Amino acid sequence: MKTKKLSVPYLLWLAIFVVVPLVFVVYFAFQGKNGFSFENYVTAAKYLPTLGKSLVYALESTLVCLLLAYPTAYIFSRMRTDRQKTMLLLIMLPMWMNFLLRIYSLTIILEKNGLVNKIFGLFGLGPFNMMNTDGAVLLGMVYNFLPFMILPLYSVMSKINGRLLEASADLGASALTTLRRVVFPLSFPGIVTGIIMVFIPAASTFVISQRLGDGSMLIGDLIETFFIGAYTNFGVGSAISLVLMVLMLIFIGVLNLFDNEDVGDMLI
Amino acid sequence: MTKTRLISLLLALVMLISCTTLLAGCGGGDNQIVIYNWGQYMSDGSDGSEDLIARFEEETGYDVVLRFYESNEELYGLLTSGAIQCDLVIPSDYMIARLIEEGYLDKIDYANIPNYKYIMDAYKGMAYDPTDAYSVPYTWGTTCLIYNTKMVKEAPTSWNALWDTDYKGNVLMFRNSRDAFAIALQKLGYSINTTNETELRAAAAELRTLKANWQGLVMDETFEKMEGNNAAMAPYYAGDFITMQEVNPDLDYVHPVEGVNIFVDAMCVPTGARNKAGAEAFINYMLEPEIGKINIEYIAYSTPNSAVYDLLDAETKNNPAMYPAEDVLAKAEAFSHWPEETNKLVSELWLEVTNG
Repeated sequence: MKTKKLSVPYLLWLAIFVVVPLVFVVYFAFQGKNGFSFENYVTAAKYLPTLGKSLVYALESTLVCLLLAYPTAYIFSRMRTDRQKTMLLLIMLPMWMNFLLRIYSLTIILEKNGLVNKIFGLFGLGPFNMMNTDGAVLLGMVYNFLPFMILPLYSVMSKINGRLLEASADLGASALTTLRRVVFPLSFPGIVTGIIMVFIPAASTFVISQRLGDGSMLIGDLIETFFIGAYTNFGVGSAISLVLMVLMLIFIGVLNLFDNEDVGDMLI
Repeated sequence: MTKTRLISLLLALVMLISCTTLLAGCGGGDNQIVIYNWGQYMSDGSDGSEDLIARFEEETGYDVVLRFYESNEELYGLLTSGAIQCDLVIPSDYMIARLIEEGYLDKIDYANIPNYKYIMDAYKGMAYDPTDAYSVPYTWGTTCLIYNTKMVKEAPTSWNALWDTDYKGNVLMFRNSRDAFAIALQKLGYSINTTNETELRAAAAELRTLKANWQGLVMDETFEKMEGNNAAMAPYYAGDFITMQEVNPDLDYVHPVEGVNIFVDAMCVPTGARNKAGAEAFINYMLEPEIGKINIEYIAYSTPNSAVYDLLDAETKNNPAMYPAEDVLAKAEAFSHWPEETNKLVSELWLEVTNG
């Protein structure tokens, strides 16, 4: 009884900030000039290339995050317990700063006369053109979302019993075989959660591309312009949002097929 | 078990509190004046400026809340969605015309603003508000082409310089369709207020070409880019050039020969303002010669207030970036409000440029 009462604020929260906005999005998406119609989707179809580009960016940044986070999380999980805590704190520390500020600081680092080019300059190299490129956008996304990959991986890997690795070595498996046949299968649920937690915000990201990119839009920026601007069009904006949401649901569904553990639970 | 219960209790509490504060945030006393302004556009104590807001609060007992927007379009979205409670806004000319037309601005009671007498005649009866019923000019200024003398082969004189492929990846562009189209239209010799579809499509084609040349789309990032020698050329507002040049003396500017945009930003009271009298008291306060002088010296735009202008030092009065010569003003064009179908066309064309 007591627990039910405690969940009331959460349900209220969910209703106001998730359910109600979602109802509006669905309503606007199918609202044409004369009532129910698909005309918003016809307009939205023009922006398929932008959607494609965003998905490619999201895939790339997810992959880079995975490659960086996997060894990091593994090394953390094999450290002494007190060190593990310190390391996790260091990973979380940048997240205490607002993400907009972190993106701004990246511009100062990447500019033509920025920090990186100044260091290169000391060795007579450069200046390299890093700011306002596709690479800068990718870097911004990886930088922002990397903790969301490390944390689920670490939480799974820290539960792998060290004796299993010793047993594997005892039985003659090389380090690589142990990684492939012991660590990898046991950490798989963490990989799935990590991919979901990076891919979804990466696919719908905005501001990062505006500030670090070359003036081209990603799907998140596009949705923004349909809701804020000189000529707003809630219908088309909602239609694109809905398409993106359905794609994400399919994506989560497909990933769940690969994994027997309940990823949905871990996500929520 | 007790630990989990404690944590869920805490979480429930946090959510409850955030819900209630959200609702409470809409309140505010009778004394509150909510002002929506551009960033870095008032001497409010930031960057070592004198805090005119605190002074006003001290003198009158009002409680001022400052909020910011980045473009006229954003402000339009905020006002028309009804999402904000606000007493005073400072939009630009063409947006004022649109807001008046659509009924989002309230008539100002000039009995509360005796200092209106200082406004120069040149800024009364403007096309955006012919009867001066809704707006009190705050500042005016022009766009210009800012360049880095160390990074250009010769001083530019025309908007064409932005399209010069020698500066590939070294020029900046406005991240808002209205200003961006104005430059492309002026380059082609068309009016910045044209509603002719052929002319607008030609301007969009110019912007698509420019896309290969530009480093990125920017608004206030222009400061950091130009001050840090990170770009050679940028179109921006002349008042901001003064601020940038103080940091980087290598910067210079030109009013391109094709003409520039002249803009007036004016203080307006939105319909449904909760504290109209407070807003009018604040407008009157900003028009006071001494206050206006402190403010205009900080934001470095041009003043439409004759008493403030008289108080400025000779160097500022004779600065052609802030008070351009007659021939520049003669060729300068102000934005007028585009009809709905032109707004729609331009935003579609702009999306084609930025998504192409």
